[in-house]
Amino acid sequence: MPSLIKHGRVVDNSWIAANPDSAAPAPNQILTLAQWQQQTDKMDSAVQLDAGEEPDVLVEHLQQIKLIVINFPVFTDGRGFSYARQLREDGYAGELRAGGHFIRDQLTYLSRCGFDAFQMADELDLEAALQSFEDFTEFYQAAVDQPLPLFRRRQDTPA
Amino acid sequence: MYVYDQYDQKIVDERVAQFRDQTARFLAGKITEAQFLPLRLQNGLYLQRQAPMLRIAVPYGLMNSSQLRTLAAITRNYDKGYAHISTRQNVQLNWPMLEDVPDILAELATVQMHAIQTSGNCIRNTTTDQFAGVACDELEDPRPYCEIIRQWSTLHPEFAFLPRKFKIAVCGSTQDRAAIHHHDIGLDLVANAEGEIGLKVLAGGGLGRTPAIGAVVCEWLDKRHMLTYLEAILRVYNKHGRRDNKYKARIKILVKAMGIDAFRAAVEQEWAACKDGPTTVTDEEFDRASSFFGAPDYLPVDEAAANTALQMHCEREPIFGNWVKRNTQAHRVSGYRIVTVSLKATGYAPGDVTAEQLELLAKLSDLYSFGEIRSTHQQNLVLADVQTAQLYPLWQRLQAAGLATSNIGYLTDMICCPGGDYCSLANAKSLPVAAAIQSRFDNMDYVYDLGPLELNISGCMNACGHHHIGHIGILGVDKKGQEYYQVCLGGSQAKDASIGKILGPSFKQEDMPDVIDNILSTYVTLRLEEETFLDTYRRVGIEPFKEHVYAQPH
Repeated sequence: MPSLIKHGRVVDNSWIAANPDSAAPAPNQILTLAQWQQQTDKMDSAVQLDAGEEPDVLVEHLQQIKLIVINFPVFTDGRGFSYARQLREDGYAGELRAGGHFIRDQLTYLSRCGFDAFQMADELDLEAALQSFEDFTEFYQAAVDQPLPLFRRRQDTPA
Repeated sequence: MYVYDQYDQKIVDERVAQFRDQTARFLAGKITEAQFLPLRLQNGLYLQRQAPMLRIAVPYGLMNSSQLRTLAAITRNYDKGYAHISTRQNVQLNWPMLEDVPDILAELATVQMHAIQTSGNCIRNTTTDQFAGVACDELEDPRPYCEIIRQWSTLHPEFAFLPRKFKIAVCGSTQDRAAIHHHDIGLDLVANAEGEIGLKVLAGGGLGRTPAIGAVVCEWLDKRHMLTYLEAILRVYNKHGRRDNKYKARIKILVKAMGIDAFRAAVEQEWAACKDGPTTVTDEEFDRASSFFGAPDYLPVDEAAANTALQMHCEREPIFGNWVKRNTQAHRVSGYRIVTVSLKATGYAPGDVTAEQLELLAKLSDLYSFGEIRSTHQQNLVLADVQTAQLYPLWQRLQAAGLATSNIGYLTDMICCPGGDYCSLANAKSLPVAAAIQSRFDNMDYVYDLGPLELNISGCMNACGHHHIGHIGILGVDKKGQEYYQVCLGGSQAKDASIGKILGPSFKQEDMPDVIDNILSTYVTLRLEEETFLDTYRRVGIEPFKEHVYAQPH
């Protein structure tokens, strides 16, 4: 069942949700940070960060990780925006998924911060939610999707 | 003043369309109340006691005459024909309908205005000196810096869901008229040993429940690094600021908890990652921003002749002479004066301005001040570039419209939040207290004799009326369902910043004029020659005031 927005489309989710109580997670299961830290082989791993779990601990292994889920406990907790941007700035190139409680009106900001997949706990109509990616076509700041701030691009435009 | 290009216009237009869609989805029940809350707040919309309140952004207090006319039309068409100037130099409407707000925002966008981030847990409107560019004590014009910060902070993707609201102020002069020590971040334009202008960066100042004076994070920062350094501070705050208790969520709590040295180290570490990156401000960008704030076409003026004529008018009409003395200030260009239009007439809510007055001010700014007008955090308006020779005709028209109360900087020029009459956060009403004090002190000779005096009134702990930094501060409190008022003394928003000290137990509303009277007569008795209220307070301390006030039966 399609349950995920990825790269601007509604797609199936092939990963099993993280379960902190699982002693032996499945190969395609997302790991909690604690489970992931215990795993010796990090190749193609998937790990979930909860709010308060800063991405610094993943830095050594960013080339090996396939999926990082940043979980939003409530949509007003904005720590995940900084976590995402930091991971991309540190060179993470795998799937960066926003999970948990956030709303479609945040999709533009989330994708600007480097998220490319969105698993929304509170949104049923994902097709409709896609429209929120179209909210803005121009931005002032540099971000993951646009490495140059407007003031550096503006200079190239004749007045 | 700054003029939008195609990019700025597009961003604001797209924001209007986004909010129109969000409002429609909310009204159709597709967004919950809780989800809509931060969306509407970040478009300036509160749901208040009587009706929604819409806070319109006035970036660093600068407006032009066509914007004033549009504001006047909006207050007529969608509100009750008046607006309110807030202590963040913004404009508030007290009676719009939720359904109309997208249309109001669309109308604002036609004159390059918006309500983006005037509320909510995000970076708010950056404020500065209302006399920027014309003040005699200015080192450098802060407005280009403010505009660069405005663009960077507008719809910043990473910092729209901070632990709490975030306010930045910039000062470019010797005297601080922007209260930078009381902001989440205060930027002071200062010269280094080589004479190069850079930024002294303060963080962790604030008012509210836990007032604090900002601590120095960086003594001198090359201005090119302004945005990357701000970004580093915001990232430290976004990641580490408390989110478990909204009363402990401001950056001041984080700075205190970490200690300024550890906080600075965390900022420097974040900064190392983005320093010298693309967000580093280029010389071209500073030049571009500065190009919007150049001096207008001042006319060469025969200053001696103008002064003689002014002198003559002042002598012939002492009321005018008094207004010139109290409500105008020296301008950096000879032959010009800065005029402050008082919105503090007795009998009217401080900071309120009617549609007719807005239209008149639009006209007067076109006639006498290059079509620009400024709002101040003291809730007045400023015509910054008036020829000395034109002060008289300007005054006549202001006088006729009730806009020439000669009280700028004196007791009756008080700062006051809308309080319990409008605001749903308030514990107590603030407007009747302001009105009662203004009525009691209607003898202007006495008011002038008291000298410069800042009296600030807030209806609750959120401190929109800046009570902590008034020389006299009044705070509305709730005592078992009754409205009471606490008084503090000795606050200052200037460079010698200080936070007022609580006088003692709170008072009933009807006692407030007497209480203020007792405080002032204590000052008059104790003052030495030339001492201001604040000077005397700092010399003698709070005790003599306390003794005198509480010796009276209340």
